[in-house]
Amino acid sequence: MDQSTLLFLILATFTGVSAVAVVVTQNIVRSAVYLLFTLAGTAGIFFLLGADFVGATQLIIYVGGILVLVVFGVMLTAQGPFISMKVGGGEWAVASAVGILLMGALTVSVSMGNWATTSTERMDDEQRSLSSARLGEAFLGFPGITPREPLTGIPPTNQPHYRQRVAYLLPFEIVSVHLLVVLIGAAYLARAKRRKRIRA
Amino acid sequence: MIVGLNGYLILGAILFVSGAVCMAMKRNAIGVLMGVELVLNGANINFVAFARYNPAFEIEGQIFALFVIVMAAAEAAVALAIVLNFYNNHLTVDVDTAEELKG
Repeated sequence: MDQSTLLFLILATFTGVSAVAVVVTQNIVRSAVYLLFTLAGTAGIFFLLGADFVGATQLIIYVGGILVLVVFGVMLTAQGPFISMKVGGGEWAVASAVGILLMGALTVSVSMGNWATTSTERMDDEQRSLSSARLGEAFLGFPGITPREPLTGIPPTNQPHYRQRVAYLLPFEIVSVHLLVVLIGAAYLARAKRRKRIRA
Repeated sequence: MIVGLNGYLILGAILFVSGAVCMAMKRNAIGVLMGVELVLNGANINFVAFARYNPAFEIEGQIFALFVIVMAAAEAAVALAIVLNFYNNHLTVDVDTAEELKG
């Protein structure tokens, strides 16, 4: 068994079991903790796939930001120390049946599809370590240049598979402004309305 | 034994199904939000796995995953603001009590 295969099996078991535990557990605080394990395991999967920047972003934004938001939401809306949202047996049966059916359909379509992979080990180690640098160049639309070459913007002529790619700088800016607008809106929406509650 | 692309796709499917069942089954509004996060993470695993194994998506997969992460941050902020507002008005986060807009 390969080293990366072993790592994948460990990480995938950890992530998958935590994801199922988020659904199965009845306590919302435990659910948040299992969600933390799932998000951290997903970051590990991203690192294993050679996407260092996406993995780091996952750790910073999801584990550091969104999960803190969720935990604060749990604390602000908690009526007691142990909130349990009981779900009836019939709902459990229906939900697990639907889940197993959906999982079976997805597994069949994954195993039947031809996903056009050229090779299982495509990138060599040198390219893999330059992942975030190549990502940054892709934002500017210069994909063919490795950082060792001078940054002239002209693709090297000896590269046979060069093709013009789309620059992602404009979508990135749109997404950033969208995030700013959404955060201002969320702060407006969640503001304290004390005066209204005193009158009522 | 080589895992390859299919192992990652199966893991993404596990996360997706868990999230979908979580969204449908949890009574707590924050539990529903956790289900949404699980679904987005499953999609992200698929994106990054295709970025790794399919040369046509080698940059795009990672960039789309980044966009999905930013969108998830925005969505979580707005959803939690709505949940807090609902809690201020109704003193509960049970989604079954939110039936004012029922047609």
